[in-house]
Amino acid sequence: MSVPVRVRNLEKTFGRYPALKGVSLDVEAGELVALLGPSGSGKTTLLRAIAGLEQPDAGQVLFGDLDANTLSLRERRIGFVFQQYALFRHMKVFDNIAFGLRARPRASRPSEAGIRSRVLDLLHLVQLDGLEARYPAQLSGGQRQRVALARALAIEPRVLLLDEPFGALDARVRKDLRKWLRDLHQRTGHTTLFVTHDQDEAFELAGRIAILDHGRIAQVGTAQDILDRPATPFVGSFIEGIARREAQAREWTKPHVVASR
Amino acid sequence: MAMSDRVLPLAHTPERANSETALTKVILIGLAVLFLVAILFLPLVTVFIEALRKGWGTLFESFGDPDTLAAIRLTLLVAAIAVPFNAAIGLAASWAIAKFEFRGKNLLLTLIDLPFSISPVISGLVYVLLFGAQGWLGPWLQAHDIQIIFAVPGIVLATVLVTFPFVARELIPLMQSQGTSEEEAALLLGASGWHTFFKVTLPNVKWALLYGVLLCNARAMGEFGAVSVVSGHIRGLTNTMPLHIEILYNEYNFVGAFAVASLLAGLALFTLLAKTVLEWRFAGEIAATARRH
Repeated sequence: MSVPVRVRNLEKTFGRYPALKGVSLDVEAGELVALLGPSGSGKTTLLRAIAGLEQPDAGQVLFGDLDANTLSLRERRIGFVFQQYALFRHMKVFDNIAFGLRARPRASRPSEAGIRSRVLDLLHLVQLDGLEARYPAQLSGGQRQRVALARALAIEPRVLLLDEPFGALDARVRKDLRKWLRDLHQRTGHTTLFVTHDQDEAFELAGRIAILDHGRIAQVGTAQDILDRPATPFVGSFIEGIARREAQAREWTKPHVVASR
Repeated sequence: MAMSDRVLPLAHTPERANSETALTKVILIGLAVLFLVAILFLPLVTVFIEALRKGWGTLFESFGDPDTLAAIRLTLLVAAIAVPFNAAIGLAASWAIAKFEFRGKNLLLTLIDLPFSISPVISGLVYVLLFGAQGWLGPWLQAHDIQIIFAVPGIVLATVLVTFPFVARELIPLMQSQGTSEEEAALLLGASGWHTFFKVTLPNVKWALLYGVLLCNARAMGEFGAVSVVSGHIRGLTNTMPLHIEILYNEYNFVGAFAVASLLAGLALFTLLAKTVLEWRFAGEIAATARRH
């Protein structure tokens, strides 16, 4: 049950500092899109505005046909994974994941048995079987991240939003989780947006990438589009490292390709 | 002087530095222990020794005095009103300060600290100036037959004012360090504001809250200055335990004075003991909520 997300001319100013200057973005249902940019480019503000955690000064967010401004946070049904995970530190893993189900109004709340089976299913999905009785402080960074993801998925979200999902992890765990997240996205098919400042992460994981620069979207496209035709000098310099590596890889494989013909 | 002399050699001759630090360590620890014994432990022991000077019988007899009983009752009553009130308001103020941005936040923080920085006597005096017979609201209160100064309401007000910062001061730094993302997560997961407060915010600060309440309670029972100004020292009516101790002492009733003092000290010790037991019992959980992750 995923929906397209449409962002229309979103504007947000903090004090005198403009964080978003008229951002528009279309994300199709089931798509995996990266919001990429240096710090201060407005990518996290955009994500939080889509979630409803920031009130935009102007503009519109649409989930399918629904105007998000008419929805309360509860009605938005957003799965949000925070940068530092924001797990409820005094609750066990089980209760963290069950939180969204238990917070529902009585009429739509599943029975305790229903909640239990749902939580155990989700733990299995994120490969944390048997860890339900741990406290967050007793988990590794990668495990906490997956608990946060399971907690977000528990409410059957319309849209999944991830803020720097791998930012707090060491390089090796990060690589594993990237691959795992891509597989999970393919299986569950949620419309997913994630924020990152890491070019490699965006290019490896996302179907399309939106590059932000000073509160504006500089370019949206597939990895190949952006590498072939960077829209602005900023995009060109921002992805320079990746472009150079791509070129090198092509150079190195060239003789090999020729030889095999 | 000795410290600054040692700074350079320390880097070059570690062995000599080590032997010196060992000696310094012993001296410093010795001084600290001596100080604690002389300043804290001896007076506390003296209270109990003096109370028991004429035996347990006399001690219990002095608790039978109706004025003493009235003082004990009044102290418990005042604490029973002031502590829950300050816990609730302190929690609300800390929540507002730590989790929201608003104009006048710094002013509110300063106001919360105010009772710490002004003398309790002045806190009491302020109420006399406001509510006393010659005070601003005095005539109006008299016309409506409301007695605040030299009565229980004044004592409660003075105690509330003096003990207000304890809960808020414990909670604000912790709440600020915990940030707001857990609350945001709860709201996005569909929880209502109240559900979020009772299931997420409150459990995260419950140990700090308890500690603040214990400190607030200790001070509420022991407050002398502010209460002394507004109470009027009417025996059996407006005397709290600390005021009663002073009266007994001034009347050379040392056993009576120290009997009440030992009870007050006993309440304080019990408070500390309760806190230690709780900390020991829930060490793991306290560590889990204190840690950032």
